[in-house]
Amino acid sequence: MKSAPFDYVRVGSLAEAHAVLAAEGGDAAVIAGGQTLVPLLSMRMARPKVLVDIMRVPELAVIVAENDSIRVGAAVRQAELLAWPELGASQPLLALALPWVGHAQTRARGTVCGSIALADPSAELPLCLVALGGDVVLSSKGGRRTVAADDFFTGLMSTDRRDDELIEAVRFPGRRTSEGFAFREFARRHGDFAIVACAAVANEKVLRLAIGGVADRPVARDFKGLDGAALDDALDAFASELDARDDLHATADYRRMLVRKLGRTTIEEARRCRA
Amino acid sequence: MSWVGQSIERVEDAALLTGRGRYIDDLGTPPGTLHAAILRSPHAHAMIRDIRTDAARAAKGVTAVITAAEVTRLGGPLLAGIRAPIQCWPIAVERVRYVGEPVAVVVAADRYLAEDALDLIEVDYEPLACVVHPRDALDPTSAVLHAGLKSNIASDRSFRYGDPEKAFAEAAHRIAVAVHYPRNSCTPIETYGVVADYDPWEDAYDILANFQGPFSIHPVIARALKVPGNRLRLRTPPDSGGSFGVKQGVFPYIALMGIAARVAGRPVKWIEDRLEHLAASVSATNRMISLEAAVAADGRVTALAWDQVEDVGAHIRAPEPATLYRMHGNLTGAYDIRNVSVRNRVVLTNKTPTGLNRGFGGPQVYYALERLMQRIAIELRLDPLDVIRRNLVPSGAFPYKTATGGLLDSGDYPAAVAAAVEDGGLAALKVRQTSARAEGRLYGIGYTAVVEPSVSNMGYITTVLTPEERRKAGPKNGAQATATIALDPAGAVSVHIASVPQGQGHRTVVAQIVADALGLAPKDIRVVTEMDTARDAWSIASGNYSSRFAPAVCGAVQLAAERIKAKLSRAAAAQLNVPAGEIEFAGGRVHARHNPDNALPFGRLAAASHWAPGTVADGDHALRETVFWTPPQLAAPGEDDDINSSLCHGFIFDFCGVEVDCVTGELRIDKYVTMHDCGRVLHPGMVAGQVTGGFAHALGAAVYEEFVYGDDGSFRTGTFADYLLPTTMEVPTPVILHYESPSPFTPLGAKGVGEGNCMSTPVCLANAVADALGIAEIDLPLSPAKLAALLPRGAP
Amino acid sequence: MSRLNADARHRIRLEVNGRAVEGEAEPRMLLTDFLRHTLGLTGTHVGCEHGVCGACTIQIDGAPARACLTLAVQVDGAKLHTVEGLAPEPGRLSVLQEAFRRHHALQCGFCTAGILMSLDWYLRQTPDPGEVELREFLGGHLCRCTGYVPIVAAALDAAKRLRDA
Repeated sequence: MKSAPFDYVRVGSLAEAHAVLAAEGGDAAVIAGGQTLVPLLSMRMARPKVLVDIMRVPELAVIVAENDSIRVGAAVRQAELLAWPELGASQPLLALALPWVGHAQTRARGTVCGSIALADPSAELPLCLVALGGDVVLSSKGGRRTVAADDFFTGLMSTDRRDDELIEAVRFPGRRTSEGFAFREFARRHGDFAIVACAAVANEKVLRLAIGGVADRPVARDFKGLDGAALDDALDAFASELDARDDLHATADYRRMLVRKLGRTTIEEARRCRA
Repeated sequence: MSWVGQSIERVEDAALLTGRGRYIDDLGTPPGTLHAAILRSPHAHAMIRDIRTDAARAAKGVTAVITAAEVTRLGGPLLAGIRAPIQCWPIAVERVRYVGEPVAVVVAADRYLAEDALDLIEVDYEPLACVVHPRDALDPTSAVLHAGLKSNIASDRSFRYGDPEKAFAEAAHRIAVAVHYPRNSCTPIETYGVVADYDPWEDAYDILANFQGPFSIHPVIARALKVPGNRLRLRTPPDSGGSFGVKQGVFPYIALMGIAARVAGRPVKWIEDRLEHLAASVSATNRMISLEAAVAADGRVTALAWDQVEDVGAHIRAPEPATLYRMHGNLTGAYDIRNVSVRNRVVLTNKTPTGLNRGFGGPQVYYALERLMQRIAIELRLDPLDVIRRNLVPSGAFPYKTATGGLLDSGDYPAAVAAAVEDGGLAALKVRQTSARAEGRLYGIGYTAVVEPSVSNMGYITTVLTPEERRKAGPKNGAQATATIALDPAGAVSVHIASVPQGQGHRTVVAQIVADALGLAPKDIRVVTEMDTARDAWSIASGNYSSRFAPAVCGAVQLAAERIKAKLSRAAAAQLNVPAGEIEFAGGRVHARHNPDNALPFGRLAAASHWAPGTVADGDHALRETVFWTPPQLAAPGEDDDINSSLCHGFIFDFCGVEVDCVTGELRIDKYVTMHDCGRVLHPGMVAGQVTGGFAHALGAAVYEEFVYGDDGSFRTGTFADYLLPTTMEVPTPVILHYESPSPFTPLGAKGVGEGNCMSTPVCLANAVADALGIAEIDLPLSPAKLAALLPRGAP
Repeated sequence: MSRLNADARHRIRLEVNGRAVEGEAEPRMLLTDFLRHTLGLTGTHVGCEHGVCGACTIQIDGAPARACLTLAVQVDGAKLHTVEGLAPEPGRLSVLQEAFRRHHALQCGFCTAGILMSLDWYLRQTPDPGEVELREFLGGHLCRCTGYVPIVAAALDAAKRLRDA
């Protein structure tokens, strides 16, 4: 269980990162915290020719509150965001969800953007990004672009990122006035990827519920104005639209059931939180 | 005051807590040692048409590539305990029979380079139909794994004790269960490791491995390496990172790496990785059981009819089919049932071969038996606890000979149950259940009573043979435990035992025992536990399995201490001018009982046979004593197939309250009470550790852990992200109670205690879940998705 | 920007347990292998090599981390703490180590180093943990011997003694 050989490049600036990615393309892999990439290397499920370490690029290591959103750079570790003093006030959903991401020992190294880049359908941070309607800042030698979360996740562990692009940052919208949030997750054990994870955002315009662990990517839906049996019906419809699968730990039926029950609980909690 | 019985701090711990443990991968290796990596089969069942290794042999750092060609030329097959025209090799020969089966070994300068070369080996496989479920293995039309057998049934034996037909004919009720106990493994956190060397001039192997015994496997490995036993020096490292039976399964790799070292002409080291361990080390058996009881109107069971189909995987690897026969003497559990019929079949499937795992046969047997006891209560509308109590072996009946030949050494089962009910707070638990149910919650209570066997009879496995076959093979029985005590020229005491601990604190307990015997403190005694078959006293029963340390090894230590004490007493008597019977050992001195001032320092007396043997009478030289002890109760199977499969039989009575979440189906353990009678308790802290550790393993097996295979034999639980071990968040704190009935068969009165909860807890939880959900059938694991599908209609 | 060639070994300088050390590693070498086989610090154990069991947990720049999820080249210039650095002096255990011994919080000891390194950090962050949050934190470690009960007891006891000290 040892990795195949690869070159290792530690870049000191964004420009250097862009240059290596432009030159190597799909043969390069970006390593940040490495909490998912390293075991993939060890299992030889990933075989990059070159690893680009971006953790010592100063401009990537910052959290910035800007224009009603929180910009988290690619070198920001999950534990750093969780410990960021303004997190609770700026974006309560992240404060609720981050403790569910792995364990303290992996959050200490793992990065926020790394989790987004991986796009595991059961992971908490992609779910939050979709629930909040955030976006992803991608950059390359050719320039910079911003992609909305819904467009960024394109399928099972796949994203809109091109081989020469780096995820420079993700942007989570900040809390608006009179906005409520809730996060619920059901997993076999605490710290495992979710069987079903639910994140809800309630404000005067929307009542968004995003579901992770069921479809091939996190999916959000607006349930504004629905209540009682109508809400149940809408959740039923949502659950059956998501392409749930059987796996080792749960059947598709079971996942759909959890979407209905846990989803409703999460929505109600977000509403209460708003009030 | 004696040291035995106190929870003193362990002598092992300071080193382990400071990073100074000496596990196999921590030890230095000889200069020039090479590293092995293993290419494994991706197919469950396939013919190997061709293996091309040229590119791998030419790769950077590679010294050798070993395939079946080398192994069959230099070695022999691994012997099994069954008479059948099949062979088991440590590497796939001509065909692969399970995913993960070794196909080739690369030996290179380091592990990274060895794995690079694995990528370059090309194997042409021709896939075959595979057999995954034991039910399919019974089907005569299924693909046959071993051509020599003509079917996948390797053994089919029937047994009859008492008059079961009559009992069934006369019974008021016949009540049955059918269960399938799943596959799982105790997965120690340290994986397998082997460092092998071969001396061509002496034709001798010197192999270090974190093997745990039994050393009945030593002759199996020697045969597989084609050398006499004295040319296989098998050693173990000082520390081992857990085993729970599992590290018995390293033995095929001991043979394989021995051959690799021989081919490479250099020492070879192999450390198994976790993926290899999960896919291909070893597993407990999965077993289909149909069990029927003849039951009187009052719930008394008069006969049992067992039908067991044991799935040992792709090969019958020694000591299998021992999992199936270990419990043979106690197939009636804790109950007084005089009529038993048994049909035991052993089947082969395209899964990893099975072997030792904590509980070894107990989890499977008790899952059926204790589910049955609950079904009897429900079908007869009786209290499940009353059904258990009504059938227990009565007080005062010990030693009690079971219908199948087991000899239950001691106990008072009804009294232990009564104490558990009282001290464990069953009445309060029932109140909790009533109020939970009144709120519409799904709350259940489960019970189990089990007998926990310990100190295996090395002859029990021959019960799989017919009496005729046994006569031909010669009787096998007993279980030699060994202990050596040595006094050095400075009068200090050293002890060696062949118990191969895997973290159980053997060195501490042995120091307590010897300190008590010789009037010293445990810190005065140095205990060595690493094994070296070329130097140490050992026998086939040596090792760390069947919970034999406290009853058997400690017993042998006690006998050795008594023997050396008797010699020292006579020498002291001569010097102190008192009869030997008046010599006492206390506080580091040896003195006359009635005149404590008439005394010698222990050290001077202990050194006398080195420095002044002329002052000590012949026969009283106290230098080194080795005791081999085998209990007379462990006889070979009789002509009627009666077998006392184990020396000691502890008693466990568990009950628990659980709640199943009405929405998610998640199981929450509200309270778990476990009553143990393990005879005399030598170290309460370690006994508690064994119980809580066994409980956690059992909880894992009951709720989280299962080795899952696809219909095509693919292995689906290959990482720790798929094979789920319970963490601190999942394991509650059980209430542990004790009832102490010393064993009359062991020198210290102790019995084994390490495996019991693996036998009692899975079915206790299942019984509680069945009670909570009102269901008749439930197999493990008790996963939320499974339970959610079984929620009663009308649940929210 | 420096490019470390796959086939060559490269010098790595770092601080381990307060001492400057150095060794050579290929880019692909895991930190676990580097610590154990290059630096000879075998107290850090390898249980799964895929980041689940926690046996290899050490402290990197003051925070607990899985050494098996880290490449040796990534920690060039970092400050590491391993189990070998926990005891204040030979013959004297730390408060946490003593509590483990007193409570029989280890059996085989293989997972123990990782748990100690996690707890050493945690008890400094959280001097007075409740049992539930402590258990949640320890959820990142697998132990097969103890059933966790004595580990939790030892950690709570150590926390109390550290507070009282």
